[in-house]
Amino acid sequence: MAQRLAWLALALAVCTAGYMGLGLTGPLDFILPFRATKLAALLLVAVALAVATVLFQTLTANRILTPSLMGFDALYVLVLTGMIYGSGVTGYAGLSALALFVINLGAMAGLGLLIFTGLMRLARRDMMRLVLSGIVLGMSISALSQFLQRLIDPSEYQLLQAVSFARFTQVEPLLLGLSALTILPALVLSWRLRHRLDVLALGRETAQSLGEPPQRLQRQALLLICVLVGSATALVGPFASGGGGPSSFFGLIAAAFAYRATPSHRHAILLPSAALTGAIILVGGQLVMERVLHLATPLTVVIELIGGATFLYLLLKRRAA
Amino acid sequence: MRLAGLAVLTALAGLSLFLGVSDLRPADLLTDPEARDLLWISRLPRTMAAVLAGAALAVTGQIMQVLARNRFIEPMTAGAGSSAALGVLLTTLLAPAAAIWVKMAAASFAALLGSLGLMALIRRLPPTDPLLVPLVALVYGGVIGAIVTFAAYQTDLIQYLGTWLTGELSGVLRGRYELLWLAAAATVAAWAIADRLTLLSLGEDTARSLGLNVQLVTAAGVVAISVVTAMVVVTVGAIPFVGLVVPNLIARSTGDNLRRALPLTALTGAILVLGADIAGRAVIAPYEVPVATMVALAGAVTFLVLLNRGAGRA
Repeated sequence: MAQRLAWLALALAVCTAGYMGLGLTGPLDFILPFRATKLAALLLVAVALAVATVLFQTLTANRILTPSLMGFDALYVLVLTGMIYGSGVTGYAGLSALALFVINLGAMAGLGLLIFTGLMRLARRDMMRLVLSGIVLGMSISALSQFLQRLIDPSEYQLLQAVSFARFTQVEPLLLGLSALTILPALVLSWRLRHRLDVLALGRETAQSLGEPPQRLQRQALLLICVLVGSATALVGPFASGGGGPSSFFGLIAAAFAYRATPSHRHAILLPSAALTGAIILVGGQLVMERVLHLATPLTVVIELIGGATFLYLLLKRRAA
Repeated sequence: MRLAGLAVLTALAGLSLFLGVSDLRPADLLTDPEARDLLWISRLPRTMAAVLAGAALAVTGQIMQVLARNRFIEPMTAGAGSSAALGVLLTTLLAPAAAIWVKMAAASFAALLGSLGLMALIRRLPPTDPLLVPLVALVYGGVIGAIVTFAAYQTDLIQYLGTWLTGELSGVLRGRYELLWLAAAATVAAWAIADRLTLLSLGEDTARSLGLNVQLVTAAGVVAISVVTAMVVVTVGAIPFVGLVVPNLIARSTGDNLRRALPLTALTGAILVLGADIAGRAVIAPYEVPVATMVALAGAVTFLVLLNRGAGRA
C-alpha cells in the first residue's frame, strides 16, 4: 500500500511539474508566481473535496453519495445570490474578501449542517431515498437561486454569473490564504479521526459496542465536511455545471479511484490516497485541458461527463450502498 | 372534478390573454384593430403554448411512468430533454441552413434514442429498489446534458444553447409555436391506446397473457414521449417536473385507469404551466421569470414531499 501511495505521489509530482513548466513564454518572474498561486488553489480544493467525500462516504456507509450530490454547490450559489440580492452589487463589491469569505463559509457550514442532519434523519435506513432527496433538493435550491437571480437587476446579474461559475483563472492571494487557514486545520483534524473512522466503518452497532458512539463522531465529521467543502467552494466557486441537474461528481471520482488504487479499509491509507487521486485529477486535468488540448470547455464540464458515467457504472455494476 | 378543472383553466386563460406589458382590455377588442392584432399574434399563441405544452408534458410523464413501472420518472429530466437539445445542437452545427422541420425531426430522433437508451439501462436494474430508477434517470440526463454543454463550449454556441435549456414563453408568437400542435396530436394518440397502456402497467407477462402486443404498445409509447419532449424543447425549451408531479397527484385521486386519469392529467398539467407562466409574468413585471424556473421551484419541492411522505408505493 505504501508503495502505491508513493506511485500516486510520483504521478502527482509529474503533473505538477508539467503544470508549472510547460509552455513557459513570457517573463518568468510574472508567470511562475501566477501559476504557483493557481496550483496552490487547485491542490487545496482537490484535497479538501476528496477528503470530505471519503469522510462523508464512511459516515453514510455507502460509496456513491457525495456532499456535492446533496446540493452543496447549489447552496453556495444561493448564498451568493442572496447576498447580492440583499446588499445590491455596490454593497457586494464593497465587501472585503475577508468579510465575503467569512459570511459565505458561515452560511454554507450552517445551512449544510442543517440540511445534512435533516436528510440523514429523514432517510435513516433508505440510502436511495437519501440520494434522490439530495439531488432533488439541489435542484430546488438551484431553481430558487435562478428565481432570485431574475429579481436582480440585469447588470448586476452579469457580475453574479462571473462569480458563480467555477474556473481556476482568477485566484485572489488573500482568499487563498484564508482558505488555507481553514482547510489545513480541518485536514489535520480529519487525519486525527482516522482510527475512529475505521471503527465507525465496521457498522453503527459494532462501533457503539466498541466504545465509539456513532452519533458524536458523526457530528464532528459533518462539521469538518462542511468546513472543507465550504472553504473549497468559497475559494473557487461552485464545482458544478451551470444550471440544474446533479452537481459535480469530482469527489465521487476521486474517492472511487482511490478505493480502486489502494483497496483498503484503513483511513490512514484511504485519506491520503483520495487526496492524491483528487489532486492528480484536478492538476492533470487542468494541464491537459489548458496546455495540451487547448480546449475552451471548463474542466468541470468534463469532470461532470466522466463522473456521471462513473456514477452510472458504479450503480449498475455492484449495487453499492 | 373535470368541470372544476376546466373552469379554472378558462379563468387562467382569460387572465393570460389580458396580462402583459401593454395594456389590453376586453372592450378594446371591439374598437381597436391593433388590440386585436396583439391578441392574435402574441397573447393567444402564448396562452395556447402554455396549455398545450403543459398538457402534453403531463400526459407523456404518466406514460413514461407506466412504461418504466416507476412513479418517480419523467422524460424531460431523464435524458429525453437533453437528448433533444443535443439533436438541435448537432443539426445547427452540421447543417446551419436546415429548415425548422429538419431540426424538429433531428430533435425527435435524438430524444427517441435517448429514451431507448434509458429504457435499456432501467431494464438492467433490479426491481427491488424503486428509487434506483429515478436516480439512474437523473444522472443519465445529467451526463447527456454535460455532453451538450461540452459541444456548445467547443463550438461557441453556449449562449444559443441557454434558450433550449431553460423553457420560457416570452418569445412565443404566431407562427412560432404551431409545432406544439404536433405534440398535442401525439398526446391524443397516446390517449387512444390508454387501455392498452393500463394493461401494460399490470406487468409485461400479465399483459402478454391477456393478448396484448407488448412490443408494439411500448414502441408507440416511447415514440409519443419522444415527439412531445422534442417539440416542447424546440419551441419553448425544457420545462422540468411537470411530467413528474402532475401524474403523481392525479394517481392519488383516480387510481391507475389511464383512460379516466389522462384527461385530468392533461388538464392539471395545462393549469400548472399556464399558472406558472402567469405568475412569472406578474412577479417582476415588466420583466419576466422564465416559466421553467417557476415550475422547477414548485415541482422540486412537491417532488421532495412526495418522495418522503411514506412514498414507498413507487
